[in-house]
Amino acid sequence: MALKCRHVWDHISEYIDGTLDPQVRADVERHLATCEICSAILDSTRNIIILMADDRVFELPLDFSKRLHARLDKVLKHEHPEPV
Amino acid sequence: MTASDALGAAAKSGAEAALIAAILAGDREKFHLLILPYEGQLFRTAFALVKNAEEAEDVVQDAVLKAYRKLASFRGDAKFSTWLIAITLNEARGRLRRENRAIVDSLDEQREDNADFTPAALTDWREVPLAALERQEIRKLLQQAVAELPDAYREIVTLRDVEEYSVNDTAELLGISVALVKVRLHRARLLLQKKLAPQLSRTVKVELKRSPKRSLFGRLSWL
Repeated sequence: MALKCRHVWDHISEYIDGTLDPQVRADVERHLATCEICSAILDSTRNIIILMADDRVFELPLDFSKRLHARLDKVLKHEHPEPV
Repeated sequence: MTASDALGAAAKSGAEAALIAAILAGDREKFHLLILPYEGQLFRTAFALVKNAEEAEDVVQDAVLKAYRKLASFRGDAKFSTWLIAITLNEARGRLRRENRAIVDSLDEQREDNADFTPAALTDWREVPLAALERQEIRKLLQQAVAELPDAYREIVTLRDVEEYSVNDTAELLGISVALVKVRLHRARLLLQKKLAPQLSRTVKVELKRSPKRSLFGRLSWL
């Protein structure tokens, strides 16, 4: 079935996740093959998702780990885990 | 998941099971090692909910202490990382509730229906390489765009796209249906694309224009 751009946009997220029904996926791919705008929307969305998964985007506060383990240390010295 | 990913995951969960057994048997110091790989994940998840670095740090510390105290109740049928994240989400939600800042889970339906979820139309997209993340300007754009998402979208994007949990795990962690995760994830991704694609595209273009001059000083165009 020939899809319009707007319909393709509705499927972008599931297309990226690979969870579209095979028939719908084939329709989306047919549209993407000839539509520059939808291809650019797909590529940019996928690119943004890849960037966001990188650890450098959301950095930890300075000495976060040090403070966490120092606090933990105090508890580990004196407490056992609770029995079930 | 490839065969080697599956093997890696099995080895990791086996190593974690051994650590947990050792801690419960009295080698308490090993708890440091057990949580080490997850610190960043816990912080980012807490931050997505409380939206403040100091508070997120407190939430993580409280969650980690709780995880230690309750370690004997961890059952091997869930992944340890999922169990830890669930405790962190609970801590963050508890804090928001106590301060009357609870995330309204059913987004205002009116707003959800009327919001504009059309993406930014571009005719071509020049890929932004991961190396571009060395630049603070690019990191800031991404942080800002995530921070500006409605609360319920931000927590889904954080779990699914930043921490890369599956849609099913995200649904379970948030206590909502898989269908709702998919709808919100889709909208959140389009909101991010709409906001970020033009900004990133512009930044990349400016960089390309500048790069011939910069090349005099070496290949610094992405630094």
